[in-house]
Amino acid sequence: MNRYERQIKLQEVGTEGQDKLRHAKVLIIGVGGLGCPAALYLSAAGVGNIGLMDHDKVDVTNLHRQVLFQESDLGKPKAVAAAEQLSKRNSEVVFEIIQEALTQENAQSIIDRYDIVLDGTDNFETKYLINDACILSEKPWVYASIYKNEGQLSVFNHQNGPSYRCLFPKTTRQNISCEATGVLGVLPGMLGIMQATEVLKMILGKGEVLSSKLKLFNIFSGAEQIINIKKRPEEIEKIIMSGIVPVKVECTLKSEFQWYLDVRESFEQPKPSGNNILKIPMADLVVRHHEIPKDQEVMVFCQSGKRSQNAIEILEREFGFSNLINVEGGIETIINGD
Amino acid sequence: MRVTVKYFGLVAEAKGTNEEVLNLTAPTTAYELKLKCLNPHGIMDQESIQVAVNQNLDENIILKDGDEVALLPPFAGG
Repeated sequence: MNRYERQIKLQEVGTEGQDKLRHAKVLIIGVGGLGCPAALYLSAAGVGNIGLMDHDKVDVTNLHRQVLFQESDLGKPKAVAAAEQLSKRNSEVVFEIIQEALTQENAQSIIDRYDIVLDGTDNFETKYLINDACILSEKPWVYASIYKNEGQLSVFNHQNGPSYRCLFPKTTRQNISCEATGVLGVLPGMLGIMQATEVLKMILGKGEVLSSKLKLFNIFSGAEQIINIKKRPEEIEKIIMSGIVPVKVECTLKSEFQWYLDVRESFEQPKPSGNNILKIPMADLVVRHHEIPKDQEVMVFCQSGKRSQNAIEILEREFGFSNLINVEGGIETIINGD
Repeated sequence: MRVTVKYFGLVAEAKGTNEEVLNLTAPTTAYELKLKCLNPHGIMDQESIQVAVNQNLDENIILKDGDEVALLPPFAGG
């Protein structure tokens, strides 16, 4: 018996479609709330080559929605833990583990190796980066985004269709993450499976692909809507002519007369600018503690207020600081809203 | 002239509702309606928020009676 028998039976799949799946190469960028369910279903369906790209590690607060991970995976790199779990379920699939953040430098060379990109990211800068690299590599990508109980879904750059810049030519500094707003795991679960569905339709060459359309839905109100997206040729030309155009989501903090210490990693969003902000990731605190002023109040922040609390405990205990104040709610509470 | 306005993401949150019906007395473009809806709430980066009229993105169109307008902010959670 063939493990794919139940889907081969479908007229839209057949043995020919199953062969197409086996030869397909899909890159999942961000193995989180969206990427986990997408990876589960794509590998179960027999997509032959799957790239798992993520620079982050499994955290206990991921487990309620990133359902691929187990308690024993805490602290492991997400791409590694995901490949382990998925290989147990389907040993016929080849997984490429990419433990890097997507950057302007590596984007095109990685995307070039795949047929389709699935966006599991959580910030504007990376979404524009995926968009531009996919235009240059002539690859379609499946977009999804979440705000609280609402989801957005679309397929960009499919058969000469519109791009993400055709929908949103201008971005916003309000990059509000699921960490900051909260999210029920079922929403990224639904969206990730819908993204996987778009990928399967493109590989099989069957059905209507959600290109030129933005699907919106709200899991609590039940409202659903489709918006038509028109191509803005100048937005696509711009990228073809000048290459990737990095989008910087910049913001400032509430006071410019106050010292701040940012203990997050360099890839974390949003990135506030100002020469009153010291940026020292947790791992570098011990070697760089002398850069932190001792004679003025310093507000220490991270994404949620948890790491910054740890940082303060280390700096007070080991280096005698007594001028540090924790930003309890994390960076979102001290961003300048003007 | 009455138009239905649908709000999404942080616009819906600022408005405290997903949908309302507005009465317009003078000719109004979709862009003007967007500003009218957003300005009282101090929502930043308004140019990033897209406007769809009857499910088609277009800020310059002059609204007609019965039109359905959607205000779509970008969001990036995942």
